[in-house]
Amino acid sequence: MYIEKSRVEWIKNLLPDTYLLCVHSPLIASRIKPGQFCNIKVSESDFPLLRRPFSICEVDGEFLHFMFDVHGEGTKILSNKLKDDVIDILGPLGNGFDYTGDYSTAIIAAGGIGIAPFPHLIHKLPSDKKVISFFGGRSKNNVIEYGMKKLLISTDDGSSGFKGNVVQMIESQFDQFRNETVRIFACGPNPMLKALQEFSIKNNIECQISTESAMACGFGICQGCPIDNADGDGYYLICKDGPVFDAKMVKL
Amino acid sequence: MSYTELSVSIGKLHLKNPVLLASGTVGYGNEISQFTDLSKLGGIVTKSLSLKPRKGNPPQRIVETPSGMLNAIGLANVGVEVFIKEKIPFLKELNTTIICNIAASSIEEYVECTKILTPVDTINAFEINVSCPNVKEGGLIFGNDLNSVGRITEMVRAVTNKPLIIKLSPNVSRICEFARIVKEEGGDAVSAINTLVGTSFDIWTRKPKIKNVTGGLSGPAIKPVALAKVLEIKRNVDIPIIGIGGIMNWMDTVEFMIAGATAVQLGTVNFINPNAGVEIVEGLHSYCEKQSIQKLSDLIGSFQL
Repeated sequence: MYIEKSRVEWIKNLLPDTYLLCVHSPLIASRIKPGQFCNIKVSESDFPLLRRPFSICEVDGEFLHFMFDVHGEGTKILSNKLKDDVIDILGPLGNGFDYTGDYSTAIIAAGGIGIAPFPHLIHKLPSDKKVISFFGGRSKNNVIEYGMKKLLISTDDGSSGFKGNVVQMIESQFDQFRNETVRIFACGPNPMLKALQEFSIKNNIECQISTESAMACGFGICQGCPIDNADGDGYYLICKDGPVFDAKMVKL
Repeated sequence: MSYTELSVSIGKLHLKNPVLLASGTVGYGNEISQFTDLSKLGGIVTKSLSLKPRKGNPPQRIVETPSGMLNAIGLANVGVEVFIKEKIPFLKELNTTIICNIAASSIEEYVECTKILTPVDTINAFEINVSCPNVKEGGLIFGNDLNSVGRITEMVRAVTNKPLIIKLSPNVSRICEFARIVKEEGGDAVSAINTLVGTSFDIWTRKPKIKNVTGGLSGPAIKPVALAKVLEIKRNVDIPIIGIGGIMNWMDTVEFMIAGATAVQLGTVNFINPNAGVEIVEGLHSYCEKQSIQKLSDLIGSFQL
């Protein structure tokens, strides 16, 4: 793990409120794995005080990409960064996706900005794995396709692709995978993850979900990001034990 | 480079420098040691221990506030037995002072924990948390009550000869009365302050942002309050004070020492910059050089009113 002062290489819009940020972070870039995250200090002042967690979107040599939506003061400040600004990044943190092992098809399930960790995962998947990606958004104005492979889209209002949510879309398509060994990789809002958790348990499919929470430190000392274990008799920490969990391990 | 003496003493507890990391912000040392060299610090205060493990409060446990944060972790900890078996071996190798923080829901539990932990050589001192605002039993019920704080100090004192520090609550009207009773009952020092009770609401759902409704406020937002509490104790009671509250850098540390603190603890800053302690020790060195201060301890309570 490193604390790396990282220079902004570029920042661009994917959607009006969705950004892709590229920073030069050779130490973190050399170590970070798909599904891991970094905790970023967006300003040098005490406002905002805490770092903000962002999953890694892509690694390109010595550069890291982060994809984020603007939804608060911290992400607003981050979206205003300019080339050559320096930001303080702590990472890599947490446990990423386990994409090794015995399966034939990777199903990517992304809800909204939950698409963020998947370009790096898709890039790192072993070449013998088939990939199919499912993205769910509110409407055609919220669709993100960046870095995806074999992408099917759903929208809540039906303005693009399948009408419904991403889990309904996966269910509607699932017959084609009946004879394959499938592993689902999912990231998105909690209700989506919960639906997918139920679906994967019912159909006995491997499913890894990337969870999120407010957190302070990102490496296990503040104890601020608990998630119930499946038995409900204790907590995992999202930062240290996650953010990616086997869907059977946690109660959402 | 001229030689500056950074060491300070709290009773018979000798610290190589006054920079300690506060309980609940360093776990049991292992995670933060990946970012910083703990042997360069005065010491660390381990996460509050209770007799049995506690799973802590349900989420959401933390929320950011202007220049601060609220937390209601609920004293999640591994319990005394696992601490001795699994955490002490790591702490033993750290080459820094280990202060063990104890939290309990009864006076008997404080005594029992201290009794069990006193023979553990790696532990150099105890800090008794009588002021956690986030648990139903114990915590503030004790911290707000002079008799309870006196009684806990007396009873724990009777079962340990190791340095005994009582961590005081700021959620009282006269903190110096609590420091006085700690001294009278044989405590070696006080830590001031624990977090301030606070809350925060989501205006759209009208629900509290943390599940426990209230939490403990920490961070730079509370520094002026903490300084005033340290000063109040310093001016009224002759007891070593460990200053805590929103320290972010060496300048804040110097400020606390001037107000009367013999040592300081860093809390929230560890979450943001886990190497802050080491940077502060370096900053204290250069401050002393610039000010031609030979002994950092000369700063303690050196305020000019």
